[in-house]
Amino acid sequence: MIAAFGLVVGIVVGLFFEPSVPASLQPYLPIAVVAALDAVFGGLRAYLDGIFDDKVFVVSFVSNVLIAALIVYLGDQLGVGGQLSTGVIVVLGIRIFSNVAAIRRHIFHA
Amino acid sequence: MPEPVSSRRRLLTGLTGRPGRGQVIGAVLVALLGFAATVQIRLTHSNDAFAGQGRQDLVVLLDSLSGATERVQQQLNDLQSTKAELQSASHRRSAAIADERERLSTLGILAGTLGAVGPGVTITISDPTQSVTAATILNGIEELRDAGAEAIEIDNSARVVASTAITQSGQTIKVDGKSVSSPYVIDAIGSAHTLSEAVVFPGGLSDEVTSLGGQVAVQEKPTLKITALHTAKPPQYAHSTGP
Repeated sequence: MIAAFGLVVGIVVGLFFEPSVPASLQPYLPIAVVAALDAVFGGLRAYLDGIFDDKVFVVSFVSNVLIAALIVYLGDQLGVGGQLSTGVIVVLGIRIFSNVAAIRRHIFHA
Repeated sequence: MPEPVSSRRRLLTGLTGRPGRGQVIGAVLVALLGFAATVQIRLTHSNDAFAGQGRQDLVVLLDSLSGATERVQQQLNDLQSTKAELQSASHRRSAAIADERERLSTLGILAGTLGAVGPGVTITISDPTQSVTAATILNGIEELRDAGAEAIEIDNSARVVASTAITQSGQTIKVDGKSVSSPYVIDAIGSAHTLSEAVVFPGGLSDEVTSLGGQVAVQEKPTLKITALHTAKPPQYAHSTGP
């Protein structure tokens, strides 16, 4: 309940304040968002499995975001930023799909 | 299978029940995610299409753009030089046309195929005794030519050109076969003063006609129009030897 509320609050704050993203952070934001999304779905799945632990969720969320940003940074430095970003997105996408599938099984038994 | 039921119940209690500490932290992180996602979506939509693209893509894009610019610039230069070429060609053409027009009017006046206008004199020879001959008229015309007459006509009907013949049969004087009768009116374009001097000088046309019993009246005009035309025939025997 409070998590859904938090999501709404975050979206509303983002809509109303229109913050400008510093140029140095711009390349990392999209991939960090996808990584966070993966962590959130993983957390939801763990919650439905009954093994949710807030410490694990926080650590996985933060580490996901940091590692994603690090990979993009490294890729940019090596000159393969575009390809590496695509790879990260693909991996995270697969994880999100499998998490969502597990959640779906829990809720709809299908 | 009790497990699915319990998971549903867990979801239910999660949505309705009192939140614990872990849920608060989770909510904060999820709020952060919502915030970041909104900002990113906004950025992607509001900024130009290049904001989300990688450095390499942008470099490639820039390269292709500058290449396109170069090509277009090249095209522009080509077209401009073509335009300049065409313009100079059209200038030369119009200059040539103006030149030819001038030549045409000069030759037309010389050949008598065009009307002419300018200052000149009108000479009226009245001959009550019918003693003026073709030779007298011809003398007068020669005097006028000597004084620089550029176009001459007789009786408003016969243009005097290089090939004009003045003949006499009986008492009738003919100019190129056309009969003219007294008073003979000769129009000549040239310097009006010089032409009138050429008529009235002692021993000239005026004196000659007076001695024959006629009268000569000379009228200087600032603008005189010669409308009689000579029909030019292409030469039958003479051929040009080139310029």
